[in-house]
Amino acid sequence: MAADFLTRRRFLTTSAGLAGAAAMGLPARAQGGLTVGFIYVGPRDDYGYNQAHAQGAAAVKAMEGVTVIEEENVAETQDVQQTMESMINFDGASLLFPTSFGYFDPHILEVAPKYPDVRFKHCGGLWTPGMPENVGSYFGYIGMGQYLNGIVAGHMTSSKKIGFVAAKPIPQVLLNINSFLLGARAVDPEITCQVIFTGEWSMAVKEAEATNALADAGADVITCHVDGPKVVIETAAARGAYVCGYHADQSALAPELYLTGAEWNWATVYTDMVAKTLAGEPIPNFVRGGLAEGFIKMSPLGPAVTDAARAQFEAVQAEIMAGDYAVINGPLADNSGNVIAADGVSYLETDVELESMDYLVDGVIGSTS
Amino acid sequence: MSAGVEITAPARSARAWLVPLAGRAEGVLLPLAALVTGFAAFALFLVLLGKNPWTFYTLVYQAGFGTGFSWTNTLARAAPLLLAALCVAIPARLGLVVIGGEGAIVLGGVMAGGLGAVLGGWPALIAMPLMALGAALIGGLWIGAVGALRQWRGVNETIASLLMAYIAIALMNHLVEGPLRDAASLNKPSTAPLAEALRVGDMPGFSVHWGLAVAFLACIGAWVLIERTTLGFSARIAGGNVRAAQVQGLPVTKLVVGFTALGGACAGLAGYFEVSAVHGSANASLAAGYGYTGILIAFLARHNPLAIIPVALLLAGIEASSGLVQRRMELPDATMTVLQGFIFVAILASETFTGRLDLTRWLSRGERA
Repeated sequence: MAADFLTRRRFLTTSAGLAGAAAMGLPARAQGGLTVGFIYVGPRDDYGYNQAHAQGAAAVKAMEGVTVIEEENVAETQDVQQTMESMINFDGASLLFPTSFGYFDPHILEVAPKYPDVRFKHCGGLWTPGMPENVGSYFGYIGMGQYLNGIVAGHMTSSKKIGFVAAKPIPQVLLNINSFLLGARAVDPEITCQVIFTGEWSMAVKEAEATNALADAGADVITCHVDGPKVVIETAAARGAYVCGYHADQSALAPELYLTGAEWNWATVYTDMVAKTLAGEPIPNFVRGGLAEGFIKMSPLGPAVTDAARAQFEAVQAEIMAGDYAVINGPLADNSGNVIAADGVSYLETDVELESMDYLVDGVIGSTS
Repeated sequence: MSAGVEITAPARSARAWLVPLAGRAEGVLLPLAALVTGFAAFALFLVLLGKNPWTFYTLVYQAGFGTGFSWTNTLARAAPLLLAALCVAIPARLGLVVIGGEGAIVLGGVMAGGLGAVLGGWPALIAMPLMALGAALIGGLWIGAVGALRQWRGVNETIASLLMAYIAIALMNHLVEGPLRDAASLNKPSTAPLAEALRVGDMPGFSVHWGLAVAFLACIGAWVLIERTTLGFSARIAGGNVRAAQVQGLPVTKLVVGFTALGGACAGLAGYFEVSAVHGSANASLAAGYGYTGILIAFLARHNPLAIIPVALLLAGIEASSGLVQRRMELPDATMTVLQGFIFVAILASETFTGRLDLTRWLSRGERA
């Protein structure tokens, strides 16, 4: 009986604690101007996906009449729905950039109809006509960046084996792997690329294991597609392999061995969308761009890069900037011999066929399942 | 009748009324003092960081409990936490430390998503209970297996449940990226989206799904089971002293397997609501860490199912305010984890005072003298 009483009292304890914490008014939020909210799925200093977005947010902060609010480590669950609503209700945000791919369906689609005056801009390119008009998406053709990574890697490898640490076998990742290998093969068709999937977007231990396994197998240039490339870059550099970056600039992690990197350049997209919002102009619901549009950029070439590598890198980059450059050119087979592109068939970066990619091209050692 | 007697009589009756209360007050005062100590220690930590603790606690109150939206936010986060905490608290009454509820949540979600895809055309009245039942069943089997391993193979339940959570997550990844994958879910592998008729909606009046009500009922039901039935009494005896329970002829093995399975069923149900009320399909977002927060809640509630309700609300409120604290005070996301750590340590430390706060003796000190 005594125990029952205790537990019942304990039931009230925390409520009392809350009443104790109950205090007075709230520190006033920033008044006037446009409030823009950025939401990240991981830490904003991850040397990767989230840092790339945070750099875009930093560019917006520098704009006149804009208040930027940020929240990191927001899960793709109820959390993000509540964070969006909290930013709207408490901070008066009227333009939101929930940046993780998994925030879109169902979370943004759930919240957006409740707040028709707020603009929701999502990274990943998932908006289709019929979805709420205050929702939009943007994305960049970063496969081209991995192709340029591949070209430098093709020049720098002496073992003719390059390596790729990948998160999941989904179209965006497969396109990056294939582009990396095809870039290297544009230098030397003998080159192979081994890929290891970790199965998770962010799992440091597996990323380190995968990188070591690639180095053990003889790969001497390594890149990756995981949320935070820090572990891969550091581990590869510790093994003496060259590294190519992804998402953001990781040259500080391996100054001597960093060759170049495929980086997002979200500042272009964010400052443009914020400027349009300030001016009261509409923002297209579907925005995409590549190197030429300034949506992506390449890290400055590192000190180890040879003149031959630099020359081909710069030439191809200029061609890509000029437009109509295709990475996938027939005749091309996947790594189990099925024809992907017949002779004479090419896919441009903008072609929708690439968005359902489910294969690894000939020369990639690995499996999608 | 002298005046002196008239005065002492009411005093004595007040004391008589206080003494039995005092014997039980420890159960309220200790956790309350621990909570206040935890908050105070964290305030000191904030001061050392150069932040104002007053502002901090005001923000926590405001964002977690201060407005209608805050309550919606808190309650929406609480639903899975309540069920996850039950997965720890129910076996704990038998003296078992089960920390792998995350696995049951994840598998419950996959089961709900998989069944939902199959039962798409069925009437909701049949399909929805089947999905919920399936999720509870797989959760019950998963954690029940932990109990069975302990009873029949002597495997430590803490380690087994934790390791099985990793297996469950790997299994989920395999299923949603393989056999159960909806071909249309390109870059975020998921099961097929549930039919609208099979989605669990919000409770009337506020935007929190029905899972919260079910979770409340589950807490009350678990309390009745443990505190008010002979079965629960047997379990508490077995938890207190296994030998004594065996000597009494209590079915310890059945109790262990049954209670672990019941806890797992609660966690499986949490997975069901995550899929049917929040996500609309099963995917990797299911592994959001609710199972681990549930451990903290169950321990803070000292494994009392009724106490889980306010504790879960407190922690959900703290998490709900995490965003505002990040945005207004420029504190990192980890701040809330640190606060939870302070509270947890304070509560654990307070256990050493159990039995030493003898208010009864203090009240009757005059009589003894």
